[in-house]
Amino acid sequence: MGLAKKIENPFFKEVGEISRFTARFFREATKPKQEWDEFINQCYWIGFKALTLVGITAFIMGLVLTIQSRPTLVEFGAESLLPSMVSVSLVREISPVITALICAGKIGSGIGAELGSMRVTEQIDAMEVSGTNPFKYLVVTRVLAATVMVPVLSSLAIAIGLYGGFLGVNMKGDVSWTLYWHQAYNALIYGDFLPSIIKTIFFGFAIGIVGCYKGYYSQKGTEGVGKSATTAVIVASLMVFILDLIAVQVADILGLT
Amino acid sequence: MDKKPIIQVSNLNKSFGENHVLKDFSLSLYEAENLVILGKSGSGKSVLIKCIIRLIHPDSGEIMVLDHDISELEQDEMDHLRAEVGFLFQSNALYDSMTVRQNLLFPLRKHWTKEERQDHAESAIQEALEDVGLAHTIDMMPVELSGGMRKRIALARTLILKPKVILYDEPTTGLDPITAREISELMNSIQKKYKTAAIIISHDLNCIRMTGNRIIMLIDGKNYAEGTYENLLQNEDPKVKDFFEGL
Repeated sequence: MGLAKKIENPFFKEVGEISRFTARFFREATKPKQEWDEFINQCYWIGFKALTLVGITAFIMGLVLTIQSRPTLVEFGAESLLPSMVSVSLVREISPVITALICAGKIGSGIGAELGSMRVTEQIDAMEVSGTNPFKYLVVTRVLAATVMVPVLSSLAIAIGLYGGFLGVNMKGDVSWTLYWHQAYNALIYGDFLPSIIKTIFFGFAIGIVGCYKGYYSQKGTEGVGKSATTAVIVASLMVFILDLIAVQVADILGLT
Repeated sequence: MDKKPIIQVSNLNKSFGENHVLKDFSLSLYEAENLVILGKSGSGKSVLIKCIIRLIHPDSGEIMVLDHDISELEQDEMDHLRAEVGFLFQSNALYDSMTVRQNLLFPLRKHWTKEERQDHAESAIQEALEDVGLAHTIDMMPVELSGGMRKRIALARTLILKPKVILYDEPTTGLDPITAREISELMNSIQKKYKTAAIIISHDLNCIRMTGNRIIMLIDGKNYAEGTYENLLQNEDPKVKDFFEGL
């Protein structure tokens, strides 16, 4: 297949368009006069919208992980390692990925539908006509807010998941609150936290960019809005897994695993 | 002495793929004049006014707005010029997550300083809403308003910056005849009160008759015929005749 044919391929075209969109984001985000009020507003809404779902899911994940892992650890006489295993699993992988997937569904689709609806009802054009840069007002603020809030939500998910794990440990055992937290924290090293936080920053950025891209260039009326929201979730979820794979490889190369 | 146009479009061309919607189109708009652009759906009327406000970039041609060649303006200069040119969207384009007050406040954030907004925004919002007869809706959400009310609020948002020119994109489409008539009357009263000039895109015969001082027929991408409503009604050209008979 020649290069020209490859460029005509919808997949490559889409990759090219998202890359251009991302480059524009960096250009606009580094220009002076940011929309800080809208950024704070978006941080509140993104955090608030996903907090309940992230909290409930993290609690259940911590609880289930503990209950499911206990029989295997008991078999090897390593039941006392349960808090350590739960904390390492939650910090390294489960909380960042589950939080990012929930955010891809909740925030990615929300942004895609909101901007898509604004596009088809000419609200984005109206913003431009009124002299406001819609890219800066709508896209830069939402992408930055997602980039900031997904790590915050993931950190909260770790704390809530560990609490769920504590309840799980005590369903068939008797471990004090202090001992549980002591064991959970002792098992963690700096190299567990750093990759986890860094990858959630990238997850948040990817969710924001994909949601905004799909919504900002939405077409074909209400059908287009629905399509924007759906594809935002699919592409953002896929991006989360791809970034997770890359993060694991990079952390491995850097000796952080 | 000849009057100087405040908007001058010369030899404008715009294509979308194989579809050439505007072919060497030209027009002049003068102060305090309501100019109606009449044409079939898809004939490029909305494209024309979106080119004038630089929402769409033409392929070639020159557009002078208030003595500025808009193709040569930097983005910041264009944003300032946009304060002088209001645009009423066909879909109203009200920000549906904001109240009426916030909708009207939005254009001011770019063009007024923080102090100006603190001191004068509330009175400007009240005045704009009173102009369209909807002062009581100030704290309502767009979804709570009827189609006609939304159109009036969109017009109030356009008026808040006191533009010299207003571009109306099918202002009465989708409204019942009584509301459409009220909107046409409102457009006339705004023209009288603020001495604004306007380009009006419309299919609505009553609106055209009530508001238009001059009419341009956009056929085959060109300025096909021009004159007052009565002139065009008596025009014997088959395309013009067909159009009026079809309305």
